[in-house]
Amino acid sequence: MGKKLSYILTFIVMFLFWILLSAWQLYPDTPGKFDAIHISQGIAAAALTTYLSRRVIFDLSKKWYVKFLRAIPYVAWELWQIVLANLDVAYRALHPKMPLDPVVVEFETPLRSDLALTFMANSITLTPGTITIMVEPEKGKFIVHAIDRKLVKPLVVDQTMQKKLAYVFMEGQHDSSA
Amino acid sequence: MEALHVISAIFMFAGCFFMITGAIGIIRFPDFYTRLHAAGKCDTLGEVLIILGFMIYQGLSFLTIKLFFLSFFILLANPVGTHALIKAAYVTGVKMWRRGENG
Repeated sequence: MGKKLSYILTFIVMFLFWILLSAWQLYPDTPGKFDAIHISQGIAAAALTTYLSRRVIFDLSKKWYVKFLRAIPYVAWELWQIVLANLDVAYRALHPKMPLDPVVVEFETPLRSDLALTFMANSITLTPGTITIMVEPEKGKFIVHAIDRKLVKPLVVDQTMQKKLAYVFMEGQHDSSA
Repeated sequence: MEALHVISAIFMFAGCFFMITGAIGIIRFPDFYTRLHAAGKCDTLGEVLIILGFMIYQGLSFLTIKLFFLSFFILLANPVGTHALIKAAYVTGVKMWRRGENG
């Protein structure tokens, strides 16, 4: 049941995206070619894309809507972190002495699902001074390169991001700490 | 109309500033890993800010929606690309610069 729904949702999104990119005429700002040939081509393209990405989009697991709603404030927080990360790199690049102290750290997180780990890895790369090198899904272990020793503290000691993501994806607290 | 142009110009200038500092960082930083910090982060926000400037300049139209999707995909793709590069370097054993060494 959930699988069928996710197929249908994926197809609808793909078809809307096809209309956005192909069927609409840009200038003048009016609806474009909506005759039988073009629409059937669009439906074929959307169906093919749905088939190819059948395991990727709309994984409608339990309580997906709760996860979706909880993800919205997290994404807002993440956008702010991107701004902070850029100011940090700009400061380090323009400072005459270049205050760098690179270090590689490993730590474990309570996250296990693919989506949560992907979010975590991308978030680490976008937050100030850290880039994900490796992820080990079985233990939720991350290897991270940090541009400065001090910037590791929010990840390893405070674990702000892990807690936020564990809340968003409702992942249980396994016995793991830094 | 004029005010919107000024705001979009501010966004584009901010984007250019971050792109330029990213370039300076790539030249000045000592090794591959730290250079990736400059490349990966500054490009993300720089490009998104420039596109945001375009969106404000264009106003609410069909182009704006396409530009929005463009910035969305940049936000998704950039960290993945950075991660792929740094993982390749780490696995093949590119030497890491430590503090105290000469760059």
